[in-house]
Amino acid sequence: MKINKYAFWGMTQSTLIHIFLMSVALTCLFPIFWMVRCAFMTNTTVFVDQSIIPHHLNFGNFAIAWTKGNFAVYLLNSVIYTVCVVTGIVFISSLAAYSFSRLNFPGKNIIFYLFVAAMMIPLPGSFVALFVLMTKLHLVNTRFGYILCMINVGLSMSILLFKTFFDKMPQELEDAARIDGCGKIGIWWNMALPFARPAIAVIVIFNSLTVWNEYILATLLLGDTNLMPLQRGIMVFQGANSTDYPVLMAGLTMAAIPIIMVYLAMQKHIVKGLSSGEVMG
Amino acid sequence: MHFIGLQNYKELLGDKLWWDSMWHAGYITLIALVFQNPLAFALALACDREIRMKRFYRVVFFIPPVLSQLVVGLIWNWILNPEMQNGQYIGLLNHLLYSSGFPQMVHGWLGDPKTALTTIAIVNSWQGFGWGFIMFLAGLQTIDKQLYEAAKIDGAGAWKTFTNVTIPMMLPVILVVVILTILGCMQVFVLILAMVNEGLVNHTDVPVTRIFSAMQNTNRFGYACAEAVIFGTILVCVSFVTKRLSDKAKQA
Repeated sequence: MKINKYAFWGMTQSTLIHIFLMSVALTCLFPIFWMVRCAFMTNTTVFVDQSIIPHHLNFGNFAIAWTKGNFAVYLLNSVIYTVCVVTGIVFISSLAAYSFSRLNFPGKNIIFYLFVAAMMIPLPGSFVALFVLMTKLHLVNTRFGYILCMINVGLSMSILLFKTFFDKMPQELEDAARIDGCGKIGIWWNMALPFARPAIAVIVIFNSLTVWNEYILATLLLGDTNLMPLQRGIMVFQGANSTDYPVLMAGLTMAAIPIIMVYLAMQKHIVKGLSSGEVMG
Repeated sequence: MHFIGLQNYKELLGDKLWWDSMWHAGYITLIALVFQNPLAFALALACDREIRMKRFYRVVFFIPPVLSQLVVGLIWNWILNPEMQNGQYIGLLNHLLYSSGFPQMVHGWLGDPKTALTTIAIVNSWQGFGWGFIMFLAGLQTIDKQLYEAAKIDGAGAWKTFTNVTIPMMLPVILVVVILTILGCMQVFVLILAMVNEGLVNHTDVPVTRIFSAMQNTNRFGYACAEAVIFGTILVCVSFVTKRLSDKAKQA
């Protein structure tokens, strides 16, 4: 009797927990499903047909968004920016972190703490000055200017993360490399970077997410539609199609699906990165 | 260009719209702290056991945070659409409310100044709880299972175990999540742009939109800079204070 009672309570408990978790999971997924669903409807059926699965699938919206909505250009731009910015961040911050960790030069600590302090200042506190600076340098409305700014946004966090890894790198490894004839750059390339591979994974993933979803600087710095990344482009697109919901949803789907795919492929690293506490600072 | 001393700051102190916008951001933050974080904690507690489909939940709860605020805002804007066409509500929420027998609940959620900010705050929480969930779950999994067993042997019930073992052990993680929530929510901007797009300027303004409009609509860069400095200083202070608190919690 007693065992049965416990088994019963255990079952009820786990069912309740599953109901709770499932309802939240559905709340998470449903709006995204609704977006995809509406993307397959026409401008007339979307107002009439409220069934879960539409009766007629219409693929034309994606074609409209892709060609008329300029999405081909926006997507390409987003890819260019993400690749350039993330490469730049990994390159610069690993070199900087290596020198903060292993080299001795005057003012090392002061410069390092300046970098850490820069991390504390949020972007909204600095973008006005950044915009003025970029105007003075004639870098507004250029790809290069935007990439530089975005590298700057991600730099301090990455330096901090790389430095914690390089600090843990055993001195013997470095000595061995030196005896084998490696210079400082050689040690950085052959020893330090491979050693910090987990850090690189975290930095690449989180900075890619940031750059892909960035909006404020893209609005300020890029006025030319041919230079705009996806997020900025959607806003232009939304302005032009504010009543044509299916086409708008098709555009949103095209913006959302790549990032969800990348997330699903990388989710193990993302969870590890968040859990390790190093991203939290 | 000429130097005008503290003129901009003086004007800013008396700018009601600016302090209103500060309060709006604070309200969004408050909703997130009160609803989003406890929900994330409850979900993490529910997942912190041998349970089927744990991986599925963990993956799904983090999907909204990887989407951009713009995409999230526009999806919800469409779901909350208040318009009618051919006698039917075209927004999903109003349609559901109408057809499931609550026609008096049908509402222009984003058009009404009374509900707009709360609606935005809820959508913001919908998007944000995944972060908290992942961090809470990671924190819960580091708690030594022996502590729970010891508590059980000492005769502590589920609630006692929760308040005397789980909460104290989780305090550092909770503080980190709280500080990240505050910093994140105070800076919400794109979500608001996507959901109301300056339709209700003075009811849903947040500091970042004020800074933007000072820059772009009136071209007052000095004033925008003053706003940005004040806003940045407040955020730095908040993170500094919470950092001190969490250091103390870690020592204890």
